[in-house]
Amino acid sequence: MGRAGSGERRSAIEAIGVSKVFGNGDDAVRALDNVDVTIRENEFFTLLGPSGCGKTTLLRLIAGFDFPTEGEIRLYGEDIAPLPPFKRPVNTVFQNYALFPHMTVAQNIGFGLEMLGKPKAEIDARISEMLKLVRMEELRNRRTSQISGGQQQRVALARALAPRPKVLLLDEPLSALDFKLRKDMQIELKRLQHETGITFIFVTHDQEEALTMSDRIAVMSKGHILQIGSPRDIYDRPAERFVANFIGDTNFLEGQVKEVHGSKARIALNAGAEVEAGISEGANPQGNVTIVVRPEHAAIQARPGADALKGTIENIVYFGTDTHFHIKLASGPHFIVRQQNRHGAGEEFKTGMPVGVEIGQNAAQVLKD
Amino acid sequence: MVSSRTFSVKRQTGFGTIALLCFVLLYVPIATLVAYSFNAGPSIAIWEGFSWRWYIAAWNNQQIVETSVRSFVIASIAAVVATTAATMAALATTRTRPYRGLNFIYGFINQPLMVPEIVTGIALLIFFAIVKIWTGYTGLGYLIVAHTAFCIPFAYLPIRARLENMDLTLERAAADLYATPWMTFRKVTLPLLWPGIIAGLMLAFVVSLDDVVITELVKSGGQDTLPTYMLGQLRRVVTPEINAISSVFLLISIVIVTLFFFLNRKQT
Repeated sequence: MGRAGSGERRSAIEAIGVSKVFGNGDDAVRALDNVDVTIRENEFFTLLGPSGCGKTTLLRLIAGFDFPTEGEIRLYGEDIAPLPPFKRPVNTVFQNYALFPHMTVAQNIGFGLEMLGKPKAEIDARISEMLKLVRMEELRNRRTSQISGGQQQRVALARALAPRPKVLLLDEPLSALDFKLRKDMQIELKRLQHETGITFIFVTHDQEEALTMSDRIAVMSKGHILQIGSPRDIYDRPAERFVANFIGDTNFLEGQVKEVHGSKARIALNAGAEVEAGISEGANPQGNVTIVVRPEHAAIQARPGADALKGTIENIVYFGTDTHFHIKLASGPHFIVRQQNRHGAGEEFKTGMPVGVEIGQNAAQVLKD
Repeated sequence: MVSSRTFSVKRQTGFGTIALLCFVLLYVPIATLVAYSFNAGPSIAIWEGFSWRWYIAAWNNQQIVETSVRSFVIASIAAVVATTAATMAALATTRTRPYRGLNFIYGFINQPLMVPEIVTGIALLIFFAIVKIWTGYTGLGYLIVAHTAFCIPFAYLPIRARLENMDLTLERAAADLYATPWMTFRKVTLPLLWPGIIAGLMLAFVVSLDDVVITELVKSGGQDTLPTYMLGQLRRVVTPEINAISSVFLLISIVIVTLFFFLNRKQT
């Protein structure tokens, strides 16, 4: 992909010190608290978090359905926060699609261009182009009530892309689809983003969706952005406990910082071994810290080595593709190891067996909190 | 299947009898009325054979034609004006954040449903008497204004119901796609609201068409509508002619209510 490594790209959206307060007095809810984020041109950017974290509020502020209490929202450097939605070159794919039920598929797709006052010939050509892009040419004159959920999703996408927005906002667009269709649409969305070159801002609470589709992810909680990074950054090097917990399964271990060198720290674990752990940017770990280790970044050993954590198997859960070993460490805490089921592997382990846990190279990360 | 232990009113003693009695009371008189409209004889109680005679008599009765036309003119104008006002009221009370006093406004708009008609009628009678002295105008305008006023809530209710069921994100989507508030209204809200508006229009029309109390009090001499004319006739000789008019009236109402039903079903 030519886009990677192209250096600094222009910023499409910048939120600067954005806060949004709903209600007033004692009932006031701070949905967003002094949020700063820069979303680059041409990137697939995901706002990830549980419901009520402020991700949809931020999207609505960018779309113009709500106005920030404080702060600026810039589109290519220009403050758009005071503009009504119909004056912003930004389009939205809604969670429930919000297709106009009294119009055909083609009329829905052409609506934005019609409102912009484009000539009819241009609108028709663009509708054809969009139908081709989402592979729906044969449904041009159908009513939106006569097509399936997956097809409605594609029409909603085509409708939002037709006016060539500078930024496309997607508000949990896949949540209403069944599992198989959701998987297909994830790939489809990625393809559309690549083909159109439009900046996508995608809101979801589904961590897997975020990891598979995004160039960068912002993890949000309680009106704050906790961490922004590539899917690999977020998954392998979570900076905070919330991020580590929200995305994937995680083991937490307590320990003491022995020494810090560059972006690594040597940690003496309370469980009785020493590990090298990564440090998040801007953090300066001292004294007691918590490290995280993903279950698949550790290995289970029948004959524990010298630097392995010792424990006994409490439970073995078989998942088909892999097996989860629930291990009670000798020092107290529980630890989960995930191991892929290669042919015959893991069969020698039984509940109650004493085992060792070996934490892999570059597997541990020190949390900020 | 419903479990036998759940309460079902259908299984209570006497349910069937009461239900039957209600239907008999509701429909037997109407059926009798319609049947005797085809009576060949001059009585509304003694059957003398089938005939269209009274329908023909009614058709040739100049007064019936005249009062019918007047009724339709009043009902048409009142229904259109009332529905326009009701549409605006419904938009103003649904496309806004809930605020203190909104329930009061609902009550205010629906006042004609709650205030006894005779009170409204007398109030209008007195008020229009004053206006007549001031202006000297004695035309059909008073009846039209009065009908418009009490038709508003009947038009308002189905329109508001339709607006409340409408997905607000549709209007948001239109705004997102560069539609100004006016274009959003014209291209999205109004087309989706049409079934509610038509339903309100028809309901208002029917309600105006068969009003007696307020019309009786407000009308000037020579301004009888069909219902007040029929009421007047009942005081004199009663012939199956009155049955024939009533039957036609019934037919028109059934047609309109059926249309109303189908339009309402289309919304869901």
